[in-house]
Amino acid sequence: MDSCITLRQAQVNQKLRICSIGAEGELGRRIRDMGLIPGAEVTVVGKAPLKDPVALRLRDFTLTLRNSEADHIVVETAE
Amino acid sequence: MQKQTMTVGLAGNPNCGKTTLFNSLTGSHQHVGNWPGVTVEKKMGHARVGEVEVDVVDLPGTYSLTAYSEEEKAARNFLIEDRPAAVISVLNADALERNLYLAVQIMELGVPLVLALNMMDEVRKAGKDIDTALLTKLTGCPAVETVARQGKGKREILQAAFDLAQERDGTWIPLRITYGPDLDPVLDEMEFIVQAAGIMAGKVPARWVGIKYLENDSSVIRRGREASPEAADKLEALTAKVAAHLRKTLNTSPDAIIADYRYGYIAGITRQVVRYPAIDHERIRLSDRMDQVLTHQFAGPIVMGLVIYLLYTLTFAVGEVPMTWVQDAFAWLGETVKDAMGDGLLRSLIVDGAIAGVGGVMGFVPLIMIMFFLLSALEDTGYVARMAYMLDRVFRIFGLHGTSVLPFIVSGGIAGGCAVPGVMATRALRSPKEKLATLLTAPFMTCGAKVPVFLMLAAAFFPGHEAVVMSAVTLSAWVAALLVAKLLRSTVVRGESTPFVMELPPYRMPTLRGLCIHTWERSWEYMRKAGTIILAISILIWAAMTFPALPEDAAKTFTDRADAVTVQIDDLKAKGQEVPAELDNALATAEAEQSEAALRNSFAGRAGVAMESITSPAGFNWRVNIALLGGFAAKEVIVSTLGTAYSLGEIDAEDAAPLSEMLSKDESFSKAAALALIAFVILYAPCSVTIVAMAKEAGWKWALFSMTFNTGLAYVVAVIIFQASRLLA
Repeated sequence: MDSCITLRQAQVNQKLRICSIGAEGELGRRIRDMGLIPGAEVTVVGKAPLKDPVALRLRDFTLTLRNSEADHIVVETAE
Repeated sequence: MQKQTMTVGLAGNPNCGKTTLFNSLTGSHQHVGNWPGVTVEKKMGHARVGEVEVDVVDLPGTYSLTAYSEEEKAARNFLIEDRPAAVISVLNADALERNLYLAVQIMELGVPLVLALNMMDEVRKAGKDIDTALLTKLTGCPAVETVARQGKGKREILQAAFDLAQERDGTWIPLRITYGPDLDPVLDEMEFIVQAAGIMAGKVPARWVGIKYLENDSSVIRRGREASPEAADKLEALTAKVAAHLRKTLNTSPDAIIADYRYGYIAGITRQVVRYPAIDHERIRLSDRMDQVLTHQFAGPIVMGLVIYLLYTLTFAVGEVPMTWVQDAFAWLGETVKDAMGDGLLRSLIVDGAIAGVGGVMGFVPLIMIMFFLLSALEDTGYVARMAYMLDRVFRIFGLHGTSVLPFIVSGGIAGGCAVPGVMATRALRSPKEKLATLLTAPFMTCGAKVPVFLMLAAAFFPGHEAVVMSAVTLSAWVAALLVAKLLRSTVVRGESTPFVMELPPYRMPTLRGLCIHTWERSWEYMRKAGTIILAISILIWAAMTFPALPEDAAKTFTDRADAVTVQIDDLKAKGQEVPAELDNALATAEAEQSEAALRNSFAGRAGVAMESITSPAGFNWRVNIALLGGFAAKEVIVSTLGTAYSLGEIDAEDAAPLSEMLSKDESFSKAAALALIAFVILYAPCSVTIVAMAKEAGWKWALFSMTFNTGLAYVVAVIIFQASRLLA
């Protein structure tokens, strides 16, 4: 798992797979409620004009996260 | 036959078309209330299946059934305490997996559940295929395909819910999901303890209580403790033990494992039920293509600026026309009543108190209707979520949320808005702390009723620079709102920002029906207020400015003067001679001076005079004080009251030139005082209508807080400005 990075560092349009979620409590719950769980495939599809938050594409829908929240999500490239 | 009723709940994620389905099921037979204990809106309506009246309850849109947010609490309490006969789980079938996450949690409770596979048109357009029969078989819940915006499948889904409710007849059959080798044995043990202790017995399945303990659900843990402290000790110990074990072996927590297994269970179903198109998979959706422009680094903000500008100009340009009609209608009503009744207190009460007060409020109804129509359109298309996304970085600095921009703009972020719809628009914010901070600061914005005050003062003390003054005022209002928001978020509304995790729904065309229902709801809510609380406040203000009346001898000197002039005029007229202008003026002056004296003598006037000692450090004389007191009711009153206090008789707020002239000549009113007054009017208590709207959104405690805090802040700032500019001058 040496290719693991946090979601903040991910490039736009890179295909990623979630390795782990480090968030606890309410934030962790909200992230998981949206289907961001280990194994899920995501793509960063865009960043807001001020580079934060980011827009994430899951298989069926798009959601947004702040960079500070993306820090808790560890991903690897899924090519 | 006896009339039968049954309750059916509608549950679902935000943006799944739940409200659209609700509207289409219940039509116009709906009413809005509040969920007990929370400020979340509760919508109920009626539908019929054969002879049976079905009460349909629209649950708040949530992604989960934890107890973190008010919406989730309301939804969960409804299921547990009200025990609906059946629940319709509205699913956005285009994102079935995530939408089933909530449905599965309801299944774990055991409530009779039917699945509405909504937005099937979008599913087909995306080239996907869903095997509805198989979904029914795998979940054990009847599934029906619907397209709520076209009303397709609404009868079938209601019938399915009805049939299931009849079949189950109040029995709950909870779904049991396996949570893996670490948690399953613990859950078995917990189930036994919960059953023995009778925690929430008869309301929820025992295993569900165990799951909530593992999820660290504060409200269930509290109820466990109330039911049986010993059992609660055991359950908490079990939770702590397994949590420690999971932390050590897998570096994770029980609630993460639970989510993983729940999604695993769902994935097991969707893998069989949903077929994705083979080739089309990489196709970029239309919505994503639109986002490449609409949220683009440069184009995005420009388009957003245009959208805001359009929203704003459209509302106020279009709204002005019907607004004048309503105002004219009330003016006509006032005149008619005035002519029909004899001079006296009762007439004054009805015309100047009730009709003028309620008329002033009703005048805003067209504005509010247009504003909410456009706002809901913007929201239903999905653009508001994009605005929040683009602006979040800026607003977060001040402890606010990207969505805060809308209430600010509507309240007068571009001079001329209105804080009432602004405050009502904060309902779109799903983060409670950010919503509160937005709601408390939005009234600083330059609303349409404050504009004449600023223009009048600008004309008096900064002639030729009105535009500069107005721009500076608008800018100052933004600075004040953002800084105070930051202050509040670091003191009374302190706390971590709510996670931003938010869905960007695909762009959709709003339905006219949905927009109309929403618009009507909001406007009706506003009009009801106008008829009750606002009426009372108007009468109160009228009384404060009318009583006590001038003592007879004092009034007599004025009437004698006026009578003397009238006699002279009549005399001249009788002789067929021209009446010189001086005489007409003398008559008007006598009447205006009487009004001034009467106002000064009233409770409001006495308060204004008494307050001079407090307000003189800010440079306000008693006349300004009365006008500001009137401004507590409505900001429109400020200019007209100031006019009466300066013996100018009736002053038109739109054309206050005589007042400007008067003020600039007044020795006791300096340029420094004008600056202080501008600052004070920006900051001080919101008008009574706004206060009522705030109370509705956040409770009376916060509404009263805003009244006192804002006025205190305004006073301090005004004193500083007055003293500083006097020193500099």
